[in-house]
Amino acid sequence: MKTFSVSKAVTALMLAGLVLLPLYSYLSGNIFIMTLFTRIVILALAAASLNLIMGFGGMMSFGHAAYLGIGGYAVGMLAQEGVGSGFIQFPVALAASAIYALVIGALSLRTRGVYFIMITLAFAQMAYYVASGLARYGGDDGLTVYKRSDFSGLINLSNRTQFYYLCLACLFAVLFLIWRIVNSRFGLVVQGLRSNEQRMQAIGFPAKRYQLVCFVISGTMCGLAGALLANNTDFVSPAVMYWTRSGDLMVMVILGGMGTLFGPVMGAVVYLLLEEFLSQITEYWALIMGPLLLLIVLFGRGGIMGLLGRLNRG
Amino acid sequence: MLLVVEQFLNGLQFGLLLFLLAAGLTLVFGIMDLVNLAHGSLYMMGAYFAATFAAWTGSFLLGALLALGATLVLGIVLEMSALRHLYGRDHLDHVLATFGLILFFNEAVRLIWGPAGLALPLPAWLTVPVPILPGIHYPAYRLAIIVVALLVALLLYLGVMRTRIGMLIRAGASNREMIGALGINIKLLYTLVFGLGAALAGLAGMMQAPILTVQIGMGENILILAFVIIVIGGIGSIRGAFLAAIFVGMIDTLGRAFLPNLLRQVLSGAAASTAAPALSSMLIYLLMAIVLVVRPEGLFPANRR
Repeated sequence: MKTFSVSKAVTALMLAGLVLLPLYSYLSGNIFIMTLFTRIVILALAAASLNLIMGFGGMMSFGHAAYLGIGGYAVGMLAQEGVGSGFIQFPVALAASAIYALVIGALSLRTRGVYFIMITLAFAQMAYYVASGLARYGGDDGLTVYKRSDFSGLINLSNRTQFYYLCLACLFAVLFLIWRIVNSRFGLVVQGLRSNEQRMQAIGFPAKRYQLVCFVISGTMCGLAGALLANNTDFVSPAVMYWTRSGDLMVMVILGGMGTLFGPVMGAVVYLLLEEFLSQITEYWALIMGPLLLLIVLFGRGGIMGLLGRLNRG
Repeated sequence: MLLVVEQFLNGLQFGLLLFLLAAGLTLVFGIMDLVNLAHGSLYMMGAYFAATFAAWTGSFLLGALLALGATLVLGIVLEMSALRHLYGRDHLDHVLATFGLILFFNEAVRLIWGPAGLALPLPAWLTVPVPILPGIHYPAYRLAIIVVALLVALLLYLGVMRTRIGMLIRAGASNREMIGALGINIKLLYTLVFGLGAALAGLAGMMQAPILTVQIGMGENILILAFVIIVIGGIGSIRGAFLAAIFVGMIDTLGRAFLPNLLRQVLSGAAASTAAPALSSMLIYLLMAIVLVVRPEGLFPANRR
């Protein structure tokens, strides 16, 4: 083990904070902070899944919010049709996301660079319009989820603390999985493809097949975030799939530090807290947020994680 | 028959409008290799400027002219203050930075003009229907859009293909270092190109303004359409953008006009009336997906390297 490092310390502090948050909320009586952080944890999960393909795999998907919608609609539609069990809803949400990722991944991976950004965006917009056209499930107005997923006594999603810890457990599980994937042979191949696809192909790796599997894993993880998000807001609408939401996820990943394990979590926490904080100071919070993003791009290479790393060395 | 001709012209008009937006985007994309999501904001600013200046001066044309100048200046300022530093960076950096700019512009507009939309009323001489074929009338304003946009497209083509500046722009697109080494001020050239793109976006915005309302976020939907167009047409290709824009404009308009009736033949009335708008919005993205799967570089790739 290396000696003390700032980024490790900050990461540990953040994770500890996330674990102990319900205690703080209980002691201070601040219930709102639980609602806020449940959302943050869920979106951190989505950002982490995007980071798997964007940061480690070099596949810049601009349509990742589609999975939030697919996972959410799987829960919402099943609930409306009278299937309230989470043991059915969640697997369906994951499977639907995986199938969607398989289809659009197989098509999108034929392109590269900017074209890849644009084709993933196009598919997400298609998903958005499909959801808008679902008259039975609310169309444009969205779908209210009257009853949260029922895990038959195992865990109660309507209990704020239990739901928070479920989300947090999902986040940690996904991070653990990403860590294992990135350090596996499979993960090394995918990262090799990011740095030099031609060379990897020349060695004899079937590039597209590796990338596609990675794309599907990432989409499935984000589908989980979608299912949780629908439970959190008790509502799902086409708006969760709109392209600006995909942009939000990208911002979280880049802000935190692309290609680092905990960067996206950091990015989600900072981005959403900043949004919350600025919107309390002024109604015109985006007036500050926008230029801030620009400055981060111009001067903060590697996001927050990169910044902390430099602090350590400097 | 009447409806078909009218919708056909509407499609052409919308396509040409999209071309104005896409032309600037593809120039900036093809030459500076910059993904500018804030292009839609310039479109919005053009509309807001036009509505404001038209109200001040009391003249539609004078207002439009002032607004055109204002978006040109805004584009140049934007390029010199922020975007110039992004050239040569990763595309993801562009996406993030210009995403921030969208937030900024939307909020700035809310602060300056308020959350409610503005209206840009047309002068009387543009509201009369004009006979185009025996028995078929078409609104003068939409006809004017078609004429202006075609004129701009022609000027753009001549400008890029036949003038010295156009030659420099094309040279800059194919080899940046070389043209710099030959003593051309590439920074100035890039600023000019960006300003031109901004002015084109502003023009599109202000011409669309009297048809739709001027509102916050109006540039976002149409920006995605413009991106679809330049991807279908092949990035950096003005000719490709032109053809793809007309194509997309037609498909979108005709789809919206005729799809509901077609769907009603197979679906029940209520189901058809909700499915049709969604389906016609999807058509364009479906088209783009098909184009990219079949020809990953777009239909008319500008420069094969």
